[in-house]
Amino acid sequence: MDSTLKELTAKEYGEGFVTEVEEDFVPKGLDEDIIRLISARKGEPEWLLDFRLKAFRRWRGMKQPSWGHLTLPAIDYQDIVYWAAPKRDADRPKEIDPALMETFDKLGIPLRERKALAGVVAVDAVFDSVSVATTFRETLSEKGIIFCPFSEAVRDYPDLVKKYLASVVPVGDNYFAALNSAVFSDGTFCYIPRGVKCPMELSSYFRINASGTGQFERTLIVAEEGSSLSYMEGCTAPMRDEHQLHAAVVEIVVEKDADVRYSTVQNWYPGDAEGRGGILNLVTKRGLCRGEGSHLSWTQVETGSAVTWKYPSTVLQGNGSSSEFYSVALTNNFQQADTGTKMVHIGRGTRSRIVSKGISAGRSQNSYRGLVRINPGAEGARNYSQCDSLLIGSRCGAHTFPVIQNMGVASATVEHEATTSKISDDQLFYCLQRGIPPEEAVGLIVNGYAREVLQRLPMEFAVEARKLLQVSLEGAIG
Amino acid sequence: MKEKLLEIRNLCASADGHEILRGIDLEVGRGEVHAIMGPNGAGKSTLSAVLAGKPDYTVTDGSVGFGGKNLLEMTPEERSWAGLFLSFQYPVEIPGVSITNFMKAALSARRKAWGKPEMTPPEFLKLMKEKMAFVGMKPEFAKRDVNAGFSGGEKKRNEIFQMAMLSPVLSILDETDSGLDVDALRVVAEGVNSMRTPETSFVVITHYNRLLEYIVPDYVHILKEGRIVRTGGVELVAEIEKNGYAAL
Repeated sequence: MDSTLKELTAKEYGEGFVTEVEEDFVPKGLDEDIIRLISARKGEPEWLLDFRLKAFRRWRGMKQPSWGHLTLPAIDYQDIVYWAAPKRDADRPKEIDPALMETFDKLGIPLRERKALAGVVAVDAVFDSVSVATTFRETLSEKGIIFCPFSEAVRDYPDLVKKYLASVVPVGDNYFAALNSAVFSDGTFCYIPRGVKCPMELSSYFRINASGTGQFERTLIVAEEGSSLSYMEGCTAPMRDEHQLHAAVVEIVVEKDADVRYSTVQNWYPGDAEGRGGILNLVTKRGLCRGEGSHLSWTQVETGSAVTWKYPSTVLQGNGSSSEFYSVALTNNFQQADTGTKMVHIGRGTRSRIVSKGISAGRSQNSYRGLVRINPGAEGARNYSQCDSLLIGSRCGAHTFPVIQNMGVASATVEHEATTSKISDDQLFYCLQRGIPPEEAVGLIVNGYAREVLQRLPMEFAVEARKLLQVSLEGAIG
Repeated sequence: MKEKLLEIRNLCASADGHEILRGIDLEVGRGEVHAIMGPNGAGKSTLSAVLAGKPDYTVTDGSVGFGGKNLLEMTPEERSWAGLFLSFQYPVEIPGVSITNFMKAALSARRKAWGKPEMTPPEFLKLMKEKMAFVGMKPEFAKRDVNAGFSGGEKKRNEIFQMAMLSPVLSILDETDSGLDVDALRVVAEGVNSMRTPETSFVVITHYNRLLEYIVPDYVHILKEGRIVRTGGVELVAEIEKNGYAAL
């Protein structure tokens, strides 16, 4: 194998540039004064400051989790800037800085609304700690849909935010969720009213720019009874030798018969070929299928970050509710990923499906971690899990940690299948013989392996994800 | 004498330190069909693998000219772009990759290498349709994953289909007849026969004479213990059938 699949060289990360723009910062470090300062900068009401301070006190008493199959570099929480925002032109506060326009343009994220044709995507673009533009808000508001930066939702829809904030991911859920609850900056707020089918894809794009900062966005999605939504998120960051922390929280509430599809293409800077730098992506995402017959689907393509610690999960509370988790996680060089899902079955006749495809190359470590829990009363619950690992070369690792907890529900069925395979010399040679060069051949084989997941992505995203899988493997063979 | 397309001189190759080819000499002219026969373990499949550039083998001596170029200095994909095609004895499965996508990748890579523009989608689909009909494949076939769950006959038919798609100048058929029923054998043979032109050459590697009833070679070579021990015309096939390889 190693005769053909040699050691890696650095891949070219196309989004690693830095935008030269003046930014406002809060001082480095974390204490109650910093939190007050962030809250004041955002002009927040007292109740939200209280929420933050309580979360901070909670966080101080917690320990960073160490159960992941990861070696997390030491994080000095006092050496991070928790809020950074590009300065606004005092005379023209509503205008978007051309440098930011150019940045998002370069990233392929349109900040100007083009004609609302089929296939159009509404974007909330977040740059460091603030949302710099949110498109199609008016078009969407005609249907009663709220699509806006989180901080505006706090101001304009405080009752909704109060009702749902931390209702799915409690403040003390885990160390990083508590940290996020204390310091969170912008993210996206989506509210789809009863019976409304969202007429276009909604998306958020997260860009880290300033050095020495972390990004702590918060996203809240509420889909009322009978509504439906497809939501996508993407992200990138500059190339730096230092690690940068990204600790987000995403909460989704799905009411009766509502349908939410949540797709992620995660392309944070992964660090260089020697393992220097890269984003530490420590994220909590969870959905609550609260209503009967509600449905939530997670699709993720994870190719970036030095470390990924992320388990988009669903609590299946409503009877007959269902959820899927489709994941492709690719690690190369020295990247580490510990990712998977939790499916908690509470309601009767709830169904879940997990399809996880791990791809490891270089010296990377790639783990699937999953929990399927059948609570008492979840009569007739069903889960099917399939975890596949693909190894490229012989110095990487693939691991699976599936946990099944059936709390005595005899009528429930849980199935788990797992496979591990390698790209074989024979497969590679077959492609070469047909004239397909080595890197393209590996890309083709990997895309084939991940097809079941990729075809679940919205079309706008699928093309990008395919390219990304190919690019992320550049240099994976010699 | 016809112009030589392939010129193998004293080719020696080993795998894991074991010498398998011990000095092969073989010339294939344009438009010729050569059969290479021999007992199991003679080095037939090694010869095809070495010509295609499989990295498991080390060439220890000799030279191979292909269309005037040094074949041994070329990467496997460059050999493919130069017009060398290998029909595999055991075609591999590539799950999740449709035959359409596989062929698209193969064709666009070679056109890029040749400095030619990509085929337009209609051109590509037309070619696919034409060549599928040529080997008697149903249109659904294009959507199936490469060799995944194929029967032995389907796999070999797929090899011939790919050969037709890539229109090579030299096709090496490695035991393409093994495990085939008479119908599949006929499809393979018809495919090869209809692609015979004054410009295209074939090396047909086979253990049995069955395939050679359908593809009539210009020359027959007997490979034994890593060397070509006899070369003759089609009459050699009958001799093998009568006396076996041991007598040679």
